[in-house]
Order: sequence, then structure tokens, then C-alpha cells
Amino acid sequence: MAEAQDFTLKIRRFDPESGEQAHWQDFGVELDPDRSVLDGILQVKDREDASLAIRCSCRAAICGSCGVRINGKSALACNTRLSDAKQTASNGAITVEPMGNMPVIKDLIVDMDAVHWKKIQRVVPWLLPEGEPPEREYIVPAEAMIDVTQSMACIQCGVCVSACLSLEVDPEFIGPAALAKAYRFVGDPRDDHTEERLRDLAEDPHGIYDCTHCFACIEVCPKDVAPMSQIMRLRRRATADFGIKDSNNGYGHEKGFVDIIEKWGTLHEAQLLPRSFGQGSAIRGQVEPDAVKQLLRDMPTALRGLRAGKITPKKALMHPKLPGQKNVRRIFEEVEGKKERLELNLYIVGDDGDQAEGAQAEGSGES
Amino acid sequence: MPHHDVLVIGAGLAGQRAALSAAEQGANVGIISKVHPVRSHSNAAQGGINAALDPEDSWESHAFDTVKGSDYLGDQDAIEIMCREAPDELLELEHLGVTFHRDETGHLGKRAFGGASAARTYYVADITGQAILHVLYEQLMKHDVVHRYEEWFTTALVQDEEGKVSGAVTRNIRDGSMELFAAKSVILATGGNGQVFNPTTNALVCTGDAIAMAYRIGAPLMDMEMIQYHPTTLAGLGLLITEGARGEGAHLYNADGERFMEKYAPNKMELASRDVVSRAEQTEINEGRGFPDGTVALDITVVPRKRIHEALREILNVGRDFAGVDITKEPIHIKPGNHYAMGGVKSDTDGLTSIPGLYAVGECACVSVHGGNRLGANSLLDTLIFGRRAGAHAGKRSKGSPMPQPSRASLDDEEARIRAIFDRERSGRRVSEIKAELGATMDEKCSVYRDEEGLREALEVVTRLRQEAKVATVDDRGTIFNQDLLGALELQFMIDNAETILVSAIERKESRGAQYRTDFPDRNDDDWLKHITVQPNGDGEAPEIEYSEVTMTQWEPEERTY
Ligand SMILES: Cc1cc2nc3c(=O)[nH]c(=O)nc-3n(C[C@H](O)[C@H](O)[C@H](O)COP(=O)(O)OP(=O)(O)OC[C@H]3O[C@@H](n4cnc5c(N)ncnc54)[C@H](O)[C@@H]3O)c2cc1C
Ligand code: SF4
Ligand code: SF4
Ligand code: FES
Repeated sequence: MAEAQDFTLKIRRFDPESGEQAHWQDFGVELDPDRSVLDGILQVKDREDASLAIRCSCRAAICGSCGVRINGKSALACNTRLSDAKQTASNGAITVEPMGNMPVIKDLIVDMDAVHWKKIQRVVPWLLPEGEPPEREYIVPAEAMIDVTQSMACIQCGVCVSACLSLEVDPEFIGPAALAKAYRFVGDPRDDHTEERLRDLAEDPHGIYDCTHCFACIEVCPKDVAPMSQIMRLRRRATADFGIKDSNNGYGHEKGFVDIIEKWGTLHEAQLLPRSFGQGSAIRGQVEPDAVKQLLRDMPTALRGLRAGKITPKKALMHPKLPGQKNVRRIFEEVEGKKERLELNLYIVGDDGDQAEGAQAEGSGES
Repeated sequence: MPHHDVLVIGAGLAGQRAALSAAEQGANVGIISKVHPVRSHSNAAQGGINAALDPEDSWESHAFDTVKGSDYLGDQDAIEIMCREAPDELLELEHLGVTFHRDETGHLGKRAFGGASAARTYYVADITGQAILHVLYEQLMKHDVVHRYEEWFTTALVQDEEGKVSGAVTRNIRDGSMELFAAKSVILATGGNGQVFNPTTNALVCTGDAIAMAYRIGAPLMDMEMIQYHPTTLAGLGLLITEGARGEGAHLYNADGERFMEKYAPNKMELASRDVVSRAEQTEINEGRGFPDGTVALDITVVPRKRIHEALREILNVGRDFAGVDITKEPIHIKPGNHYAMGGVKSDTDGLTSIPGLYAVGECACVSVHGGNRLGANSLLDTLIFGRRAGAHAGKRSKGSPMPQPSRASLDDEEARIRAIFDRERSGRRVSEIKAELGATMDEKCSVYRDEEGLREALEVVTRLRQEAKVATVDDRGTIFNQDLLGALELQFMIDNAETILVSAIERKESRGAQYRTDFPDRNDDDWLKHITVQPNGDGEAPEIEYSEVTMTQWEPEERTY
């Protein structure tokens, strides 16, 4: 174990009973740099101010309680090392604030029922098999079970919901976690409602075509669920297996983003608006100008994973032709091109592919 | 006043299973959980769940392994029920949607686990508990007949004049309001008490709440001294490396590079019972053959890489994120760590406790199927089988009986108790300090090796901490999400747990299962083949100790070797 070091945590406080606005408060903690941001927060609670509120339980990225934003990036506090967080901190202080896209209840606690769980409920989150169950188990291919296990690995932490760009623009978007959950049933051979599920998710204007393909959810997910990949698989299955078309034409919007990202490695501010509005998108004029501004502001964050952490957001926006784009292309090609591999999941790639590592590289903005 | 035929407190596997099965009986069910149900600690169970489903296997073999694993302290009637009903329960879970691992033929696939004579552990990668928990929660979302109280904290049980349980007082964590719940039956399912120890594999929520609440109203606790130390936990944080790792073939080495299990369990080696492996490790460490950080090494690199990715991915992540070790390339340092409470609220095979109207299931209960030592992958089974049975029993029982009218006095008492906490001077020790001292004391004096002197010292500390806890400083006086207050209440629950553990451990003057007394190193069937139960004895008095017989059906005690 390494020596304990000093860290400053700049924590967003909000006490609904005080009548005061949310504000930042600095706390000093002293811990082994390998310990987590959650350990830091717990030290604050233990030693200084036990009224600081955060949900947490397992301390091991299992229970899904401790989603927050650390230096602006959505993550679990318990599996973000202090040393890593310090590296992405500006002015040396590690900022910790509640997750985005969900109302704040107190300090770092957000109302997940109002957003996350409502969306989960939306996708009819239970198995709908046909008729009576067999006497023994359902016989299904081993790969099929391993395949849906990737979305089963979701711990419902809401970190992807917090990071999702489309959700910010369209709060009614079903969102990454719930759509990943939907794939868990669509991909499950025991479920008998595959087509209805897909049709429903495709026809809902806030469904699978409302995703802008921004990679943010893949980047932040602590369990490698890769929600966007699950969404893409839902789309492919909808189109390929059932010929379901995107009646909302959201595809245009999504494609607008994708083309730009693929070509330039990042979004070019000037191109974004005409492209995505021009093609009749999920945005469909229901957004206020503010939201679009927000969208632009957050674009670079969302793309950080693509650029493997090499370029600052500012640079990215100012220089559309940038070195990182090679990486972007590579990841795109990897994700889009290798359908076979993507249809299976991270659980079984170990030996014969490096996708697990690939996904990690995408995900680890920090290291 | 919210009222339910059946009120379940706790929404881990045991609680959710109980709620669903009570609802199946047509009962009006409420389920309370201090954290959102999918945050319950059952999600941490990685390894799997045991069932003799394979036609080549038999429930008798599973039962015998369990009896032997328990060091003959398990009640054999209960063990028989659990093992006989296991295959059907497993199939039912599969039908509900659990994505159990399949073999090449598409049938359920299984893995080996410690203390078992056949491979009979069924699993979902290494997220078995999570997968089952989430699927049960899917069913709760589907059947909205079960009313969910998520993020509600039960502070006390309520009895009527005749002593029958008639409800519970519960705080809505979100707005701080206190509610009196009326119920014809209350099922306790609040899980284990690992937080009494530090370090522990258990989550921060595992504070033994219901064990203490039931004890306070006079329900006997049983086998409390039987605390399992798991052989493979990370030093410091106490995070678990699943037994699945050894099930897949990983080896244990001491610092001299010796595969030391050869000395202790030449046949089963790393897959001997947990108490046996933990003691072996602790002996190696105590005798100077461990690493400087007080650990031995678990070598998973012998497991094929593909298999690790397929079946031990969570361990891969834990190694990477929490120990900085790539388990596919190098051994990881581990030691025995607090893991599981075999004991709990004494209950029968339908979950009924000694108090009318009160049931207990899951880790907070003691049926006793685990006796002196629980086998890996038998606990999920315990939660599900007895959760289902208790739910069904309570659901049936509720038909036709009138809804009790619990007295408001108990609500007033609890409100006053909480006001008093808010009114405390801010001069006491911090809750966190008391908790830390409690955890360290228990880990030092009441772990793998114990003796009377150490246990008595620990008891003295706990007695002092009880007083300190009564005046511990609370920073937060707010109503919304006051976690500080909950921490203060939990601390008092934990102290009740600690005291009853120590008193029972002092009482049992022999070594059996998880209890190893260096001053009484042998198992002594003549005097101690019996359960120890404890009951409160009035304020400030030592708990009252009683014994109860171990139920034997077909297996006589034998010497236990692996
Ligand atoms: C790391 C780890 C790995 C494990 N692996 C395995 C394995 O592979 N196989 C196996 O069989 N077993 C395993 N176990 C053991 C097993 O997971 C647990 O014993 C079991 O899940 C306990 O389930 P439960 O339903 O009794 O309690 P829990 O799942 O702990 O649920 C307790 C519930 O009670 C609620 N609660 C608690 N107090 C209150 C209160 N005051 N008011 C309201 N609600 C309250 C909580 O919110 C929670 O919902 C493992 C344990 C650990 C720690
Ligand atoms: S890819 Fe982006 S827009 Fe799509 S679900 Fe993920 S975070 Fe949301
Ligand atoms: S998909 Fe990943 S980030 Fe999203 S809720 Fe699930 S585990 Fe969390
Ligand atoms: S505390 Fe459980 S996920 Fe972080």
C-alpha cells in the first residue's frame, strides 16, 4: 500500500431544508491514493460532517448506489481511484457533484425513481415467455445466455443516464440503461415478444432511434454493459429480422452525428445544427435553444472516449481535422464492422479477441 | 396507517422471494427496504447457487455435504427440506428469466464449489446473486400487487398486549416521516451483520438490524457465535474473491511458494470447507509463512484465460480496480475475512420465530441449515427456499384473520427515541469512531482463532461502546435523507449483535465449525452438540443463555476431514 496523501474534494452541497442554493464546499482528506473517491467522501462523513449525503453500500461497484460526477464525468465514486481523479482535476481539487439528468434530492443523492426507474419500467422489464414453462429448464444455446449476460451485468447505477447526451436534449428518451435492459429480453431466446418489443421501441419517438450514437454511455459504464452497442443491436434486429423502419425518421438525426464524428473525429459546431435539424431528427423542434447550447457544450465530453483522452475539448472544437480522428475511425470500424463479434459480448472474448481491452480503452478516459 | 396482510422487512433475495410467494397466496403484501431493493447485499453473491439437479447427483448427497460442512450443528430436517426443494426452486428461477450459464447442449451448466462432493453450483458468470435479485425485482415490477416501500428504514417491531407481532415502526428516509405499519404477519429479511466486524466482505448496509429488533422484543437468537471467515478476501478493504476462483482450479500458496493446503486437506485441497481453509491460511500467516502484509497468495493464473473472462470477470475487475493486480498474469494476495453470519433469529422451517406473527428468513435468520459453517452457494439457496416457504405460510395464514390495530404508543416511543438522538449534546464520540473500534475489536478477538480471555476483553469493550453509542454525536438534524441518524440507529443494532455473538462464543467451550477456541481446540460432541440461544434479560443485564437440541434425521456425527 502506498503512503497516504492529501486530497481536496470539492463537493456540491444541497440541503433542501435550508432554503439555500446548492453550493460547493471543499474538504481535505488524507488517504492512500489507490483508495476510491467514495472512501474520501466517507472519510469526510466520518471525521468532519456526517450530514454529507451519498448513497453507497458495497464499496465494490456492485450495488450501483454511488453514481456521481467526478470532475464533470459521470462515474461510480467507489471505483474511481483518488489518484486518477486527481489527474483529471483542475486546480488540484477533485470535484464531486450529483449525477446529471435527474433531480437532486440532497447533496449527492438524486431522484432515480423519477427518471431511471420510470424508464426501466417503460420497457416492460420482465420475461414474457410463451405458454407454460417446460418441466425442466428451457434449452437455449450457451452463447445466447452469455450474450444477454452483458446487459444482465447492468447494476442500474444510472451513470449512463447521467452522461447521456440525448437525454439531456430529450428528457423523454428511454435512455441507455433502459434500452440495454430491453436488449436483455430481446436477446433472450426464451422471450416470446421479440417483434412487439422491437416495434414498440422503434416506433416510440423517444426509443432506439433517439440515441445519437455519442458513445458517452459506453465510456462511462462501470460494468462494460456498453448500452449504445445494445441499442445498435436492437436497431439491427429491428431492421434485419423484422424489417421495422424508423417511422420517426430519427435515423437522419443519428446519422448526422455519426457521419460527422466519423469524418472529423469530433463534432464541428457549424455542421451540427444544419445536419441534425436538416434531416428531421429526434430533436424535431421540441427543444429550446438552451438545450441545443447545452448539447454543443457537452459534445466534447461525450466524445472524450473516442479521442482516448488525448485532446482537450477546446482544441477538439477549434480544430476539426485533428489527429485523434484516426482513433475515432478505428473504433467506429471496430464497433460497426465486426458485427459478429459485437453480437457476442465481453464475457467470452478473453482469448480470441481484444475487444475487452478495446472496450476498456474506450472507457478509461482517466488512465 | 399503512396495513398489509404480510409485511416483509428487507428486500434482498429472502425478502423479495417471501413477498412474491405471499402475493401468490392472494395476500396483500408490503415490502420495506432501507436501500432500493436491487442495492441489497444479495447482489454481491458471485459464485452461484447449489442444487442437486443433475440426475447423477442426489439431494441426499447435497444434504450430507451440508450436514458435514455444518460440523454437524445444522438441523437435518431443515437441511433435507432445503436440499430436496433446491432443484425445483432453481428451475422456477430459470423460468422467471434468470440467465443461468448453459453447457454445450443448452442445458444448465454447473461448477464445483468448496465442501461439495459433486459439482452442483449453478451460476450466471460471476454475478449470480445480482442476476437473481434483478430478476426477482422484475417480477415485483410486474406484479404491482406487492406494495414497495423503497428507502424506508424500520426502527422497531410492534407487539400487541398478548405479545403477538402486529406491525413495525418505519422511517421514510426521503422525507423523515415516521409511520406505524399494521400487519397480520411480519417477515424479517434484513440480511447479515458483517459490519460488526472490520474488515468485512459485507456491504455497509449489513448491520444486523432485524437480528437486534427481534432480540429486543424477546425472540431468541441462535448460533450467534458462528461467524464465517471467508478464505479469500483482499487485505484492508475486505473485498471478496469468490470461491468460484478455487472452484475453477486456482491454488493457494504461502510466501515460501508452498501449496500449503496439502498439509491441511490432502484430498479436497483448496476446495475443503471454508472454516478449514481459513484456519489453514491463518496458521500459515501466524507461523510466519505469509507475506509481510499478512496474507497468502491465490494463484488464478492456472485457470485458462478464456475461462477467467467467461466465468470470473468480476474478479478480474476487482483485482484490477481494487488491488491493481491482473489476475490472469499474477497471483493476488488474500487473507481470511469476515463474511457471513450462520446464526440469527431462531426460526423453524416455515420461517416462524418463537414470537407469534413474526417470521425470519435469509441471513438474519437461523433455521439452522448452516450450523457451524456454511457451504459456499448454500446461502442463496437458504434465502430462496425459506423465503418462499415463509411467504407462503404467512400468506395463507392471513386469510380470514382480522387486521391488528397496533397501538400508537409504539410510534410515539420511536419518535421520542429519535428526538432524543437529535437532542444529544455534541460532546460524545462520533458514530464512526465507535463503529471503527467495534469492528477492529471484533476482528481482533472474535475471528478465526478465539480464546476466553480475548472474548471477555472484547465483551468489556462492547459494553463500554454501548454506553458511548447512547450519547454519540450526530451532526445532521434534518429530516430528508438523514443518513447520520440512521447510522446512529444502526450502531445500536450492531452493538446488540456484537454482544450476543461474544456471549455465545464465550459459552461454547469447544471448537466446531467457524468457532475455533485455542483454549478448547477439540470438538466435543458429548457436551456441545447443541445450539446456543440467547435472549435479552432486561436492561443492563447479560443475555440469558439457553440450549436447544440439534435435529438429527439420518446422519450421525463423524470426524470431519477433507
Ligand atoms: C461478497 C459476498 C459474496 C457472496 N457470495 C455468495 C454465493 O456465491 N453464493 C451464496 O449462496 N451466498 C453468497 N453470499 C451470501 C449471500 O449473498 C447472503 O447471505 C444473502 O444474499 C443474504 O440475503 P438476504 O436476502 O438475507 O439479505 P440481503 O440481500 O442483505 O438483504 C437485506 C435487505 O434488508 C434491508 N434492510 C436491512 N435493514 C433494514 C431496516 N432496518 N429497515 C428496512 N430494510 C432493511 C436491506 O435494504 C436489504 O434490502 C455472499 C455474500 C457476500 C458478502
Ligand atoms: S450513445 Fe449517447 S445518446 Fe446514445 S444512449 Fe448512449 S449516451 Fe445516450
Ligand atoms: S448500463 Fe452501465 S452505467 Fe448504465 S445503469 Fe447499467 S451499469 Fe450503470
Ligand atoms: S458503493 Fe456500491 S456501487 Fe459504489
